[in-house]
Amino acid sequence: MSLALTTFPSAKEVSAALKQGGARYLGGGTLVVRAVNEGDIATSAYVRTNDPAMSGIDVSDGRVRIGASVTMAAIARCEDLGMIRPAAKAVGGPAIRNMATVGGNLFAAAPYGDFAVALLALDATVHCAGGDMDIDGFLASRDDLTERGIVIAVSFKIPEAGSFRFLKVSRVKPKGVSVLSLAAVIDTGANGNVSAARIALGCMADRPMRAVSAEKALSGAKLTKDGITEAVSVIGSGTEPLTDAIASAWYRSEVLPVHFGRLLLD
Amino acid sequence: MARVPVQFRLNGEDRAEFVESGTTLLHALRDTMGDISPKGGCHQGTCGACSVIVDGELRLSCLTLAESCEGAAIETTAGLGRDGVLYPVQRAILDGFATQCGFCTPGMVMAAKALLDHTPNPTREDVIEAISGNICRCTGYEPIINAVLAAARSNSQNAG
Ligand SMILES: Cc1cc2nc3c(=O)[nH]c(=O)nc-3n(C[C@H](O)[C@H](O)[C@H](O)COP(=O)(O)OP(=O)(O)OC[C@H]3O[C@@H](n4cnc5c(N)ncnc54)[C@H](O)[C@@H]3O)c2cc1C
Ligand code: FES
Ligand code: FES
Repeated sequence: MSLALTTFPSAKEVSAALKQGGARYLGGGTLVVRAVNEGDIATSAYVRTNDPAMSGIDVSDGRVRIGASVTMAAIARCEDLGMIRPAAKAVGGPAIRNMATVGGNLFAAAPYGDFAVALLALDATVHCAGGDMDIDGFLASRDDLTERGIVIAVSFKIPEAGSFRFLKVSRVKPKGVSVLSLAAVIDTGANGNVSAARIALGCMADRPMRAVSAEKALSGAKLTKDGITEAVSVIGSGTEPLTDAIASAWYRSEVLPVHFGRLLLD
Repeated sequence: MARVPVQFRLNGEDRAEFVESGTTLLHALRDTMGDISPKGGCHQGTCGACSVIVDGELRLSCLTLAESCEGAAIETTAGLGRDGVLYPVQRAILDGFATQCGFCTPGMVMAAKALLDHTPNPTREDVIEAISGNICRCTGYEPIINAVLAAARSNSQNAG
């Protein structure tokens, strides 16, 4: 059975409609419609908006703003966003990327959410109908839309050339689901030592998480095999990896340090 | 369930239909509009059998709502190969024995068309990437990849 779809003119109005409960916001639909096709009974109606503030990519003054309705394919095509192209291209196959939105990816439970992992490393701001939030706070409370309303856009400062790194580990190429994904923004000083690091992990909890211990251990270190030893040894701290059809929690824990080392040195 | 009017172009023909609100494009095409070329395999976005092209982009019709296609141009396998002449990918699939049960074939053809429309001379890697969202459980992928490459070659020979 299908569920009725209502389109609202603005993000504020659709956010108000969501407070009624039962209705689910429809982005690209790759998770919402799939859940309904599978018999999800928690959803009683679809709602969406064609608010123009949610489409379009704007790059100015060293910051990028991406509307929540922008798809992974549009990001991958955007000349100005070459540095995050690998994260957008990591999401599904071509048809999924033509449908999957940035807004939807922020809500995707692990093993999905590869692009959100990149946004976490980039220290993105999440612009919601009810106000702005930093991405750490947003992810921690993402299941509750009632107060802050829907996501309108995300924005972040463009990192220094070469400082953003992204790696998706999957068993099936080119479109397998993540065993894990890693993203980092690593700045180095004039002496080549790490001056600041933000590291984000996917599939190591139910949602993207920061690797705070590894960030601390990396501070002041050299990006050499010896220099990263401590960071690699603590990369798994605080993680609660997923066990699913793709990989067990044990496997994910075992391979995380290996891939983290590659992310830093390759 | 409320029925809503939807207008779009299906394989070059203007269509005005009433569909159930919230119904998928796959359901609307097959059950209301008589185009049974997109196949319903998994209804989860994983098999690609339902692939169609909407405004030039490959999409999964099982996860697309019919209403969201208002004003769009939709292409399905049923619109290819008019007047007894097969679309080159269809011809190459037959010539290269790249189909067995045929269930995945319409989705594969649309994924290949979406590629060739934008990239007329693809590499083998381009083809693998383009059909990566489409599962074939009997032919195996090599004959399909070779068929798409052969179609691209025949297209460029005809153009040249
Ligand atoms: C076959 C398949 C393969 C996939 N592979 C990957 C993969 O490799 N990597 C990956 O990361 N993901 C993958 N996904 C998951 C999914 O496609 C992506 O995460 C996608 O970005 C979700 O976006 P969407 O717009 O389709 O979300 P939707 O399904 O529309 O929405 C998902 C959730 O987010 C909410 N939501 C959406 N937009 C907003 C908004 N603006 N404000 C508030 N709430 C909102 C919805 O209400 C819903 O709860 C895959 C999915 C499928 C079906
Ligand atoms: S039926 Fe749509 S992807 Fe399988
Ligand atoms: S030919 Fe049978 S699934 Fe591909």
